[in-house]
Amino acid sequence: MTVSLLGLDDIKGSLVVLDDVDYVSNEEIVEIQISDDAPRIGRVVQIVGKKAIIQVFDGTAGMSLSNTKTKFTGKPMELALSREILGRTFNGSGKPIDELGEVYAEKFSDINGAPLNPVSREYPRNYINTGISAIDGLNTLIRGQKLPIFSGSGLPHDKLAVQIVRQAQIAEEENKEFGIVFGAMGVKNDVAEYFKKSFDETGVMEKVCMFINLSNDPIIERIITPRCALTAAEYLAYECGMHILVILTDMTSYCEALREFSSSKGEIPGRKGYPGYLYSDLASLYERAGIVKGKQGSVTQIPILTMPNDDITHPVPDLTGYITEGQIVLDRDLHMNNIYPPINILASLSRLMKDGIGEGYTRKDHKDVANQLFSSYAKVIEARSLASVIGEDELSALDKKYIEFGRKFESVFVGQGFGAKRTINETLNLSWALLSTLPISALDRLDTALIKENYDPIHAEHTIELALKGDK
Amino acid sequence: MKNVIYSINGPIVTVKNTKDFGMLEMVYVGEKELLGEVISINDNETTIQVYESTTGLKPNEEVKKSNSLLSATLGPGILENIFDGIERPLGDIAKSQGAFINAGKTIPALDENKKWNVTLKVKLNDVVKQGQIFAICPETKLIEHRSMIPYGVNGKVVKVVENGMYTVCETLIEVEDEKGIIHEVKLAQKWPIRNPRPVNHRKSISAPLITGQRVIDTVFPIAKGGAAAIPGGFGAGKTMLQHQIAKWCDADIIIYVGCGERGNEMTQVLEEFAELIDPKSNVPLISRTCLIANTSNMPVAAREASIYTGCTLAEYYRDMGYHVAIMADSTSRWAEALREISGRLEEMPAEEGYPAYLPSRIAQFYERSGYVETLSGLEGSLTIIGAVSPQGGDFSEPVTQNTKRFIRSFWALDKSLAYTRHYPSVNWNLSYSEYIDDLSRYYEKNIAMDFMKLQAEIISILHEETKLMEIVKLIGSDVLPEEQKLLLEIARVVRIGFLQQNSFHVEDTYVSLEKQYKMLKVISYLFKASKQYVSKRVPVSLILKTGIFEDVIKMKYDVKNNEIELLDGYNNKIDLALATIE
Repeated sequence: MTVSLLGLDDIKGSLVVLDDVDYVSNEEIVEIQISDDAPRIGRVVQIVGKKAIIQVFDGTAGMSLSNTKTKFTGKPMELALSREILGRTFNGSGKPIDELGEVYAEKFSDINGAPLNPVSREYPRNYINTGISAIDGLNTLIRGQKLPIFSGSGLPHDKLAVQIVRQAQIAEEENKEFGIVFGAMGVKNDVAEYFKKSFDETGVMEKVCMFINLSNDPIIERIITPRCALTAAEYLAYECGMHILVILTDMTSYCEALREFSSSKGEIPGRKGYPGYLYSDLASLYERAGIVKGKQGSVTQIPILTMPNDDITHPVPDLTGYITEGQIVLDRDLHMNNIYPPINILASLSRLMKDGIGEGYTRKDHKDVANQLFSSYAKVIEARSLASVIGEDELSALDKKYIEFGRKFESVFVGQGFGAKRTINETLNLSWALLSTLPISALDRLDTALIKENYDPIHAEHTIELALKGDK
Repeated sequence: MKNVIYSINGPIVTVKNTKDFGMLEMVYVGEKELLGEVISINDNETTIQVYESTTGLKPNEEVKKSNSLLSATLGPGILENIFDGIERPLGDIAKSQGAFINAGKTIPALDENKKWNVTLKVKLNDVVKQGQIFAICPETKLIEHRSMIPYGVNGKVVKVVENGMYTVCETLIEVEDEKGIIHEVKLAQKWPIRNPRPVNHRKSISAPLITGQRVIDTVFPIAKGGAAAIPGGFGAGKTMLQHQIAKWCDADIIIYVGCGERGNEMTQVLEEFAELIDPKSNVPLISRTCLIANTSNMPVAAREASIYTGCTLAEYYRDMGYHVAIMADSTSRWAEALREISGRLEEMPAEEGYPAYLPSRIAQFYERSGYVETLSGLEGSLTIIGAVSPQGGDFSEPVTQNTKRFIRSFWALDKSLAYTRHYPSVNWNLSYSEYIDDLSRYYEKNIAMDFMKLQAEIISILHEETKLMEIVKLIGSDVLPEEQKLLLEIARVVRIGFLQQNSFHVEDTYVSLEKQYKMLKVISYLFKASKQYVSKRVPVSLILKTGIFEDVIKMKYDVKNNEIELLDGYNNKIDLALATIE
C-alpha cells in the first residue's frame, strides 16, 4: 500500500520525524518529494507508536515542516539487478548517473542482504595470482576472501588496487567470466576519475559496475553505497556465475558517516564517538564475501581504508582487522624510500593463505619459504633497531648479513614496481635467492631436505640481478 | 486483549500497558513469529529483545507468549551438528531456506524423525530421581548418549517401553511422583539457557586438560574444570590456538561457540573436523564436537544468547559424566552485544560504554566451569576457554580486565611474536597459570618427579633472557660475559625449539606430555653440559659452531611422536658434539 503524507513533524540533521503514521514497517523505504525535485530517498530507522523516525539519504537541505510529501513504499530498499549493470555507473544509492537510462531489472533484491548460512559456505581455497610478490608470496589472496588494504593519506593504495585489478587472474584458468564491482564512499573526484581511467586503460570497463558517492555527495548516502555494491556483486556472482572482485574505498569515510548518523540519533557512543554497533555493522558488509556451495561464482572483497594518523589501533582499522581475513598494511617509511608497493610485510597477514597454497595450489615449498622470509625479515628489524643504537659497524657479522638481506628484500622482492608482474614461480625462486644470501644456520624454519634442494648462494646474486632488471 | 508492538528500535521492541509477560520469558514477535525474550518490565511497557532481523516488522503486530523461559532442547543429535545462537539447526535451515538465512519460521533443534537405538536402564516400579540415567543410545560412533530424568522429577516408574528405536519426541517412561502426578519422560528435554544445571557438589581440581601444545601443557597448564582466557589483538592467532586445543585436547566432548566471528572460520571448523581423524579413537573429530555459529553478520541479540546456549549444551554432557571443553570465540563480541543492547535500552553506561553489569555477567559465565560430581553420582567436568579480542590489542580495556578476575589461566597472545610468525604467540612474560600448584602432583605422579623442576628452570631461563635483552638493546650482545651469552643462546633454543610449535607439521601439531618432558630434559642437559665448557673458558661461539644447538632446536621435527625414546640419545649426541671442540 502506498500512502502519501503531507508535511513533517520534526527535522534534525539527516533525520526527520513523521507523526500519525498508520502503516509503516521497520527499515521501510520512503520517498520524500519537495516541490518538483526528484524524490529523496529515506529509510525508517525507528518507530515509536505512530511516530516514525526517518533517515534521509540525500540530506534534509531545503526541507521544511510543510513543503514535503512523503510516500511510504512498504518495502525495504531494493536494487534493480540484471547482467546489464556491468559497464554502468550509479550514484551512491544505486541510481544510474551515466545517462544510459534505468536498468531493465530482471530481479529486485533487498540491499541489506541476508546472512549467509555457514553450512552453505564453501571454504575458500583457490588463490588469485596478483603478480605482486609481497602479496602472492607472503599474503596470498584467495578467491572468496576479504582482504583489506590499510593505508594512510598520501600512500599509493589506489595504485595498488588498480595494479591488482589489472594483473589479477581471477578466472582465467577456468574460462569463467569475471567482473569488478567498485564502490566509492566519500572519495575525491580525482580518485574516482583515476579508477575510471585505469579501468578504461586496462580494457575492463565493460566488466566494471561502479557505485560512486563523492566526498561532496550527501554523507548519509554513504551508508547504503557499499550495500548496493555488494548486492550487485552477490547477484553477479551467485546468479550469473561470475567471479567478482569488489573494491570498496574508503571505509573510513563510511564509518564517519555512520558516526554522524548515530550521533544525530542521540545514541550512546562507544570508542572515539563511533557507535557501539560499528563492529556488527562492518561485519554485515565484510561477511558478504565468500563462496556459496553449489554456486558457480565468488565474491572477493578488497576494502581500502585510510588509518587516521597512520594509527592501526584506531577503531576503524581495528574492528576491520577483527572481521576480515587478514590485512595488507602500507608503510610510510617504505613509501618515503621510494619502494612500491610499500607493503609492510610483518604487519600484513592473509588468514586464508595456509589452506590455499602449497602442493596442488602454488608450489610445495611455498608455506615454508614464506614462513622463513617472515622470520628472517623480523630479524632484520631487530638488527636495524640495534644498529640505530650502537651503529651499523658495531653489529655482529650475522646481523650485518641481515641488514644487507633486508635491503635487498625491500628493494627487489617488495619493491617490484607498478609495471612488474611476477609468476608464483618467479616469486618463490627470488625468495630462495634472497634466503641464500644468509648463512645456512640462520634458516631455522626450513626442513633440511628443502634447504639441500634449493639453497644456492652461488647463483643467488644473479637471480636477484635478473629480477631487478626484469622489473624496471 | 491482544498484546501488540508499540515501538521498534533495531532489535529492541516494546509492548505498552500489559502485565502478561514474565521476565526472561520467550515470546513470538509479529506475523513472522520472530523469536524474542523479555528483558525488562515496568508499569508502562515491556521491553523485548528480538533474536532475528526486525526489518519489515510493523507496529500493532501481535506479540505472543510462550510461557517458558528461553530454553535449549537437550537430547541425542546435538553432536556432529551445527546450531545458531539460539539452537536452531543451521543444516536443516539450509535445506529448507537455501544458502541465506531468513527471519522467522522455527525449525525444531533436534531432528524429530530420526530414530535412536535406545537401551532402557530402568524397570517398572523402580524408584528414580532427578538426574538419574534412565536410557542410553549411541549418539555418534564415539559418544554414548545417556538420557537423564529431568530436574524436578522424582518418583516411581509406572510405565516403560521396550528397548528399541525411538525418536526424541516419543515418551519412553512415565514417572509418578509423590503427589500422584504422572511425568512423561522423553529423549529430549528442555533447559532454560541462563540457569546453570544443578550438580551434587563441586570437586577439587586435580588433572590437567592435556592439549598437546607445549606452551600450555608445560608452561601455563589448564586443569579439567578450569577456566582460561586467550586475549590477543587481531592476527595474533587466537582462533588458531582455539582450533588446536579443540582438535587435540583430551576432553570427551567439545562445544565450539563461534560468537560474532567469521563465517568462513566456522565453515573451516566444520570441514576440517569432519575430515580429521582423532588419533586416540580413530573416528573423525566431529563425532565429539558440536558447533554453535553465530557469525558476526547474524542478529546481535542471538549472539548474546549463544554463549549461554553453549554452556547449557556443555553442562548437559557434563552431567552424563563426560569431560567437556567449551571454546568461546570470542567473548569480546558477546560483551559488545551486551553493550549494544544496553545502549538501545538507554541504560547508564560504565567504562567504554559497557553496561555496569558486565563484570557480573562475565563472572556468571566463567563460573559455570568446574569439576563436579553429577546428580547421578558420576564425575564430569566443564572447562571454559574464552578468547578475548581487546580493542587495539590493549589489555587494559574492560573486557580483558574483568575476564582476568574470573579465570586462572591467562594466555596473552603477543602481536609482535605473531609478526615474527612465532606461533603459538603466547607471551611468556604476560601469561600465567594459577593451576600449576594444583596440578604439580599430577605431573609428578604421572610423568616424572622432576617435571616441575625442569619447568621452573625453563621459566627462569626465559625471565633471565628478558632482563638481559634490556641490556643487549642498549649496548649489543658482544660485550656480555660468556655465561650470559650462553644463556641467551639457550633461551633461543627454548623459544624456537620448545615454545614455538608448528601446527601444520604432522609431528609437531600434537605432542604428548612424555615427549614434552623428554624435550625439556634434553634442553636442560644441553645447558648444563655447555655451561661446563664455558666455565673452562671455551667461547660460546665455538660451542655454537658444533651445530648441536641447531640439532636440539630441530629435535621437535626430527624425533617422531612414535619414537620418542630417541630423545634419550640426545645427551650422548650433545656430549659427542661438545667433545669435538678444541
